[in-house]
Amino acid sequence: MLASIDLTPLVDWSRAQFALTAMYHWLFVPLTLGITWIIAMMETIYVKTGDPEWKKLTKFWMKLFGINFAIGVATGIIMEFEFGTNWSNYSWFVGDIFGAPLAIEGIMAFFMESTFIAIMFFGWNKVSKKFHLASSWLVAIGANLSALWILVANAWMQNPVGTSFNPETARNEMTNFWDVLFSPVAINKFLHTITSGMVLASIFVIGVSAWFLLRKKESRLAIRSITVASVFGLLASVSLALTGDGSAKQIAAVQPMKLSAMEGMYEGKTDAGLVAFGILNSKEKREAGDVFAVKVEMPKLLSWMAYGDPKSFVAGVNDFTKGNASQGILSIPEKIEKGKIARQALTDFKNAKSAGNLPKADSLKALFSDKAFLDGNFKYFGYGFSDDVGYYVPNVPLTFYSFHIMVILGFGFMVFFAIFLFFSARGELPQRKFWLRLAPWIIPLAYIASEAGWIVAELGRQPWTIQDLLPTVAAVTKLDTGSVMVTFFLFAVTFTVLAIAEVNIMLKAIKNGTKNEGGTK
Amino acid sequence: MFESLSHLVLQQYWYIIVSLLGSLLVFLMFVQGGQTLLRTLGKNETEVSMLVNSLGRKWEFTFTTLVTFGGAFFASFPLFYSSSFGGAYWVWILILFAFILQAVSYEFRTKAGNFLGQKTYEAFLFVNGLLGTVLIGTAVGTFFTGSSFSLNDMNQVSWEGPARGLEAALNVQNLALGLAVFFLARVLATLYFMNNIDDEAIFTRSKKQLLINTVPFLVFFLFFLIRLLFLNGYAVNPDTKVVVLEKFKYLHNFLEMPVVLVMLLVGVVGVLYGIGSSLLKSKCTSGIWFAGAGTVLTVMALFLVAGFNNTAFYPSSFDLQSSLTIENASSSKFTLTAMSYVSLMVPFVLAYIWYAWWSMNKKKITREEMTTEEHLY
Ligand code: HDD
Ligand code: HEM
Ligand code: HEM
Repeated sequence: MLASIDLTPLVDWSRAQFALTAMYHWLFVPLTLGITWIIAMMETIYVKTGDPEWKKLTKFWMKLFGINFAIGVATGIIMEFEFGTNWSNYSWFVGDIFGAPLAIEGIMAFFMESTFIAIMFFGWNKVSKKFHLASSWLVAIGANLSALWILVANAWMQNPVGTSFNPETARNEMTNFWDVLFSPVAINKFLHTITSGMVLASIFVIGVSAWFLLRKKESRLAIRSITVASVFGLLASVSLALTGDGSAKQIAAVQPMKLSAMEGMYEGKTDAGLVAFGILNSKEKREAGDVFAVKVEMPKLLSWMAYGDPKSFVAGVNDFTKGNASQGILSIPEKIEKGKIARQALTDFKNAKSAGNLPKADSLKALFSDKAFLDGNFKYFGYGFSDDVGYYVPNVPLTFYSFHIMVILGFGFMVFFAIFLFFSARGELPQRKFWLRLAPWIIPLAYIASEAGWIVAELGRQPWTIQDLLPTVAAVTKLDTGSVMVTFFLFAVTFTVLAIAEVNIMLKAIKNGTKNEGGTK
Repeated sequence: MFESLSHLVLQQYWYIIVSLLGSLLVFLMFVQGGQTLLRTLGKNETEVSMLVNSLGRKWEFTFTTLVTFGGAFFASFPLFYSSSFGGAYWVWILILFAFILQAVSYEFRTKAGNFLGQKTYEAFLFVNGLLGTVLIGTAVGTFFTGSSFSLNDMNQVSWEGPARGLEAALNVQNLALGLAVFFLARVLATLYFMNNIDDEAIFTRSKKQLLINTVPFLVFFLFFLIRLLFLNGYAVNPDTKVVVLEKFKYLHNFLEMPVVLVMLLVGVVGVLYGIGSSLLKSKCTSGIWFAGAGTVLTVMALFLVAGFNNTAFYPSSFDLQSSLTIENASSSKFTLTAMSYVSLMVPFVLAYIWYAWWSMNKKKITREEMTTEEHLY
């Protein structure tokens, strides 16, 4: 278990590979999550009104969805197995909890999605209208269910609940399924993530439709699409901000170091203000207390948003590294000591067992169900793999900027939807050339906001794969670094080539408009 | 209801589920087999298009079954997931890579602007058909022949094989299984086409390929099976949990578990009957059902022989005591219980899949459809 720190290059390449594949997967997933709802709504209108124009529209967006889906699946399969191939120690340490959501995802969500997608695409002339419509809804539900389970798994890594450690097997074991499923972190994460997909998909639909309007092609269809998407997008973006706020509150409660990084807080304080916009100084200056070169701050807001009271104390990076006795925050060196005791107890237990010293083994084993030991030591089990305090501090600038980009864009999108809804309600869309020209350029911004969100979530929790229990050095598979480098480049090249192909196909399909939906020739 | 079961019973229950998923996967790999026959069975673009579209409506099932097989194995036997995937790194990476290529190929193959050209995507399908079947077969072969790894007292794996799993392909026994799976997939593919496509020319050619692929399939499979019966197997002492090599272990397993032996025999007969009736009768389209059911039974029997009756299902030839058994590799009782409730969903899932396909398959693939259907691969 005692990984030494010279694993650094291996860990870095493994992290790089995971980040690469996850971020590629996430290029395609959010569109699926959102556009399936839009498609189902359009088809519902078609079935209700019987107007064939709506059917054409449904089929057009469905075609784009199909192209996106294929590569989403291609990038997804590698994710599932990467936990085993590249994070095998992790997979054992937490597999008892973590495997379950992945299995449920397959049984419950992926089969649903893939079965009904076949009907969605090939069933128009084969099954009844109603059955087809039901299939389209089931695809949307299936896609979002697959997000649910994987996010439950991810939320558990951020906040491990419903488990206890078994020294015999040297792993965490599930004790309460519902605690894992209904953890507030998981709920917020799920809601925030699926609404982010809805926002992204609405922006996508508006951007593409605006392009049609400018070219005076398919105008009626484009106007209808914009109307549906701007209503849906506006509602989704409001929920997005609310659930994002919910996620931030959870972070304040369970991952306070991440919150400091998101906000660029070094010295904790009460009445903490929220930095709406800022430019960070160099690391040395920041640690010395001079954090921002430029900032726009809203007084007291952070304390209030994080803990519901402007008087409450928000801790900063230095409070964690150096400790803050008055707030009851342990320093990292103190946590390292406690963590080492917990790990030593495990090692002693194993040694006593193999030496056949059963009384000693039993008394050591009992520690792991003793509350004082759990709260005092085991809680910090993951500390001590490195004695370097800096190892336990995430990358502040990346986390800070990613977070702020996401939030600023999030509010921008709300305005964007409101404007399009307004023009569409007044029937002025075709005349609003400026806005139509702008709309396609918002699409990449939606993707940026979305990827930025994951950078906050995943980089902001470094070095933990499991918060406070398992740092990345202890989670990684012991491979030779060269192998991981080879697979990194293998995936980088493959995914890049496939993504280029995907974008190309998508653009061609958009240019083709509603002519011969789906058909290839 | 599952709470009252013992940990061991739950472990056995989950080993059976995983075996079932694995056997369904082998059956569904007819998609992979078909992908290696596209240009053999199709002589012009329309025919190739019929073949691709016939497979294209099923490929997601195979894929999803693979994903679910992986997930279910992770949830129920996490030590297998961490040891095998992390240890035999290169085998699994290559398998995954082959499936990445597959996932885009159907959708992108004939689309305008696909960047790589139709031939490349067909090559991807071929690569997936070849590597996917041979490597999965080889990897399953190590369930009997063992791999060189050891686990420390924290259950962390060290792999001794220099090629991180690829060394498994050097073992004739594993390779024989890999090739048997490959040719079986092609056999099943021809039977599937005979059933799913309503076209004289393709039917005749499929029948010819059926014969051509049956011969190597039988050679490799019988070689594997007969040798298996003579192999030294990894036996676990039920009381001390010590693993020892036992002569004729797998033969003993068949004899001591007659139900499994019957499964194997019925399975093999099913496959042979499916093949034989399709070859001998002039217009038989139902061969796939017999051969498919036979495949599921046979593969399942092999999985059960690998893991039941006090046998280590993922043995280590390097350090016998590191071998994985259904007892030492499994999840906790709590997790297996929770997952067992989830497993109650499986019949429901199978039912809607069956219903959906029944509604869709009422019409076979025809030449005409290749010009009228709007959504084509
Ligand atoms: C279109 C994309 C998008 C937009 C505009 C926003 N988000 Fe977001 N955000 C995501 C897409 C996203 C995401 C990709 O879905 C993430 C990544 C991890 C997660 O749970 O959701 C995320 C994560 C994420 C996290 C970290 C969660 C964690 O670490 O577990 C917080 C605190 C917020 N968001 C908060 C917000 C706020 C206050 C927003 C203001 C409107 C906002 N987000 C807009
Ligand atoms: C925010 C995180 C994730 C979400 C919301 C998500 C959601 C989805 C969705 C909607 C799909 C359907 C295909 C598509 O259009 O993309 C998909 C595919 C897939 N995802 Fe993810 N995913 C996430 C991350 C992951 C991770 C971390 C894994 C690995 C455990 C994973 C494994 C898979 C697999 C294996 C597929 C292919 C499944 C199939 O056969 O349809 N995903 N994912
Ligand atoms: C699809 C959306 C996701 C994206 C874009 C994403 C992004 C990232 C990034 C950027 C890293 C690298 C951090 C670093 O090491 O520097 C990372 C690491 C990691 N993420 Fe995610 N992530 C996603 C979803 C998930 C989910 C759903 C899970 C688990 C269920 C997960 C588990 C992990 C693990 C195990 C690591 C490696 C260990 C680590 O470096 O922390 N990720 N992810």
